[in-house]
Amino acid sequence: MKIHALQIQDAAISGTAKKSRGPFLTPGARCALPVIVLLLLGFAAPLTAVIAYSFAEPHSFNVFSSFTFANYAEIFNTENTVWMSFLWSLSLAAVTVLILSVIAYPIAYGMVYVFGRWSGLVSILFVFPLFISENVRLYGWVLFFIKNGVFDGTLNLLGGSDAPEVLYSPGIILFGMIYTYLPYMLFPLVLGLSLLPRDVVDAAKDLGASRYQVWREIELPLAMPGFMIGLLLTFVLAVGAIAESKVLGGQSVIVLTHDIEVSFTYAQNWPLGSALAVLITLITGGLTLFMLFKLDLDRVLGRK
Amino acid sequence: MSETALMGESRQKLLLDLVGVRKTFDGFNAVERIDLSVMEGEFFTIVGPSGSGKTTLLRMLAGMDQPSDGAIYLRGESLNDMPANKRPTCLVFQSLALFPHMTVGQNIEFALKMRKIAPAARKARALELMRVVRLPETYYSKNVMKCSGGEKQRVALARAFAYDPEILLFDEPLSALDYKLRKTLEKELKDLHRETGKTFIYITHSLEEAMVMSDRIGVMRDGRLVQVGTPEEIYTKPSDKFVSEFMGEVNIVQVRPDGAGRYRSEDLAGSFTVNAPPSTDGYVVIRPEFLRFLASPSDADNHLTGRVHNEYSLGSRVQYQVRVGERMFLVEQPRRQSFGGGDVTIGWDAADAIFVAE
Repeated sequence: MKIHALQIQDAAISGTAKKSRGPFLTPGARCALPVIVLLLLGFAAPLTAVIAYSFAEPHSFNVFSSFTFANYAEIFNTENTVWMSFLWSLSLAAVTVLILSVIAYPIAYGMVYVFGRWSGLVSILFVFPLFISENVRLYGWVLFFIKNGVFDGTLNLLGGSDAPEVLYSPGIILFGMIYTYLPYMLFPLVLGLSLLPRDVVDAAKDLGASRYQVWREIELPLAMPGFMIGLLLTFVLAVGAIAESKVLGGQSVIVLTHDIEVSFTYAQNWPLGSALAVLITLITGGLTLFMLFKLDLDRVLGRK
Repeated sequence: MSETALMGESRQKLLLDLVGVRKTFDGFNAVERIDLSVMEGEFFTIVGPSGSGKTTLLRMLAGMDQPSDGAIYLRGESLNDMPANKRPTCLVFQSLALFPHMTVGQNIEFALKMRKIAPAARKARALELMRVVRLPETYYSKNVMKCSGGEKQRVALARAFAYDPEILLFDEPLSALDYKLRKTLEKELKDLHRETGKTFIYITHSLEEAMVMSDRIGVMRDGRLVQVGTPEEIYTKPSDKFVSEFMGEVNIVQVRPDGAGRYRSEDLAGSFTVNAPPSTDGYVVIRPEFLRFLASPSDADNHLTGRVHNEYSLGSRVQYQVRVGERMFLVEQPRRQSFGGGDVTIGWDAADAIFVAE
C-alpha cells in the first residue's frame, strides 16, 4: 500500500508524460542504485584491470594492447618456483582449515551446551585478541619462541637445556595461521550449533540413537550451514595469508601472496602478479559459489 | 497392527511402578515424592497447570532426566540406570522435534535405521505406519518441514511407533493445533490406543482433553499428584478445591458446619444441605449445569436469591451470571430465558453439590 502511494506521488511529480507508464524504477531500486553503482565500480573496475593485465606481455605495462598466455604458462612451468608457492598456500590453507575444524567443533559445542554462563567469558577471550593488530600478535609469538626469548629462557632457567628451534619453519607458520583464524571458524560454528533445537537431539536419543549416531545423523547435518561458513571463511582468509609466513616463518616458505606482492613491487612484473591473482580468485571464488549454492543461507540466519 | 492381541487379557497387569520419585533442580523441587502405578495397555493422563512438574515427570519416564530420589520400575525391574535410547518408551514432544533435514519417510524410519534394519524393511514399516496415522503414501519422500501442522503431528506419531515401544509418552502434542483439528486428533489417538493396545501416558493442561481420551487421570499440582482416578471419579468426586476448580468453571462456596446438620456460609448468610453429614470446614462445589432458576424456593433443596448480571451464549447452552450479595454464581441452561430485571431465585439439590474439605 505504501509503495503504491509513493508511486502515485512520484508519477505526479515526474509530470504528465510518464503518468500512463508509471515510474521507471521502483522506489526500492532507485534507493539502492547509488550503492549498486558504487559497488559494481569498486568491484568490477580493479578486477577488469587485473584480468586484462594477466594477459599482457610479461614484464610490460602493455595492458589492453597485447594478448598472451605467457604469464599463465610461466606459473605452470615446473622450472620456475612460482607453482610451489601456489601449492604451499593451498596446502597450508587446507591443513589449517582441517585442523581448525577439529579444534573448533568441541570448543563450539562446549560454548553452546556445556560451559553455561562461562561461555560468555570464553567468547570474550576469543574476541579480545582481535582488537590487537595481527602483526603485533605474531611478533609477540616471535618474542616468545625466539632464541633467548620467553620459551627458551624459561626452559633454560628450569632445566638448563635449550628450547628446540621452532621459528622459521612451515610448522610455526601453520601454528600462526591456526592461531589467527580460530575465531573465524569458531563463531560460525557456535551459531550453527546454537540453532540446533535441544528437543531434536533428545528425540533422536529417545528413538534409540547412540551418542555417535546423534552426532552423525542430527548434530552435524543441522550444524552444517554454520560449519560451511566457517570452512569457507577460514579457507579464503588462509589462502591469502602472508604475515604468518613472513613474521613467524622468516620466509622459509614463500607463499602465493608473497609472490604476488613481489611481482608488483621488486620484480615489476605486473602481468605475472595479475595472472597469479586471477588464478587464486578463480579457485576461491569457485569454491565460494559452490558452497553458497549448497548452503541454505536463510536457515543459517534463522529465518526459515 | 499385530499388537491388538495385547489388549483384553493383560489389561490389569502392572507395568510401571513409580516409588517415591522426586526431582530437584537447583534446590527447587519440581516433582515431589510421587507414587504411581500404571497398568499395561492403559491410557493414563497427567493433568496440571504449567509448572506443576508434569513434563519433568514424563522426562524421567523417558530417561531424559534422572530422578533425584526414588525409583521407576518396569515390570519390577528398576529403570533408573537405563538411558533413554535403551528404554522401551518413546516420547512425542510438545514441539514434535521432527528432524527438519529429513523427509517424512526418513523421520519415521529413524528408530529403525539406528538399529541397522535393512532399508527395504524400514520402508515397508514406514508405509504401514503412514497408513495407520492416515498419511498419504506420496508423502514418503516429502520434506517434513513442508507438511501442515496436523500432518507433522501424524509424522511424529508414526515415528514414535516405528520401533514398537511398549510405552508411548505424550507431552501436550496437540496444544499448538486449532480446536477442530485437536478434536479430530484426540479421537484418532484414542482409536490408535485401542488398536495398538499400547500403554499411553499423556500429559496435558486441558482436563477436557484428558476426559475425552483417558482410562485414568492423575491431577498434578506443585509437583504432587493430588488425585488419581477415572475421569468419572475426578469429575464427580474431586478430592479438593484445586481439583474441582481445575475441572472447569464451578461455583465454590466456603462453608463450615452449623451444628444443626447443615453447612453455613458466612458471606452468603445462609445454610445449605449436602449429601454427606457435615464434619469439617470446607467448600461446597456446585457445577453451573446443576444450578437452575426456581419458580418457588421450595423447588430445590437449597436456594439463593439474586439478580441476573450478564448472559453469555455458549453455543449449545446459555450461561448466566447471577449476582447474589457480593458473589457471582454461574448458571447454565439449555435455552435462553428472559427475566424482567427483578430478583431471581436460583437453587440446587443436595445430591448435585459436592463437598470438598479444606
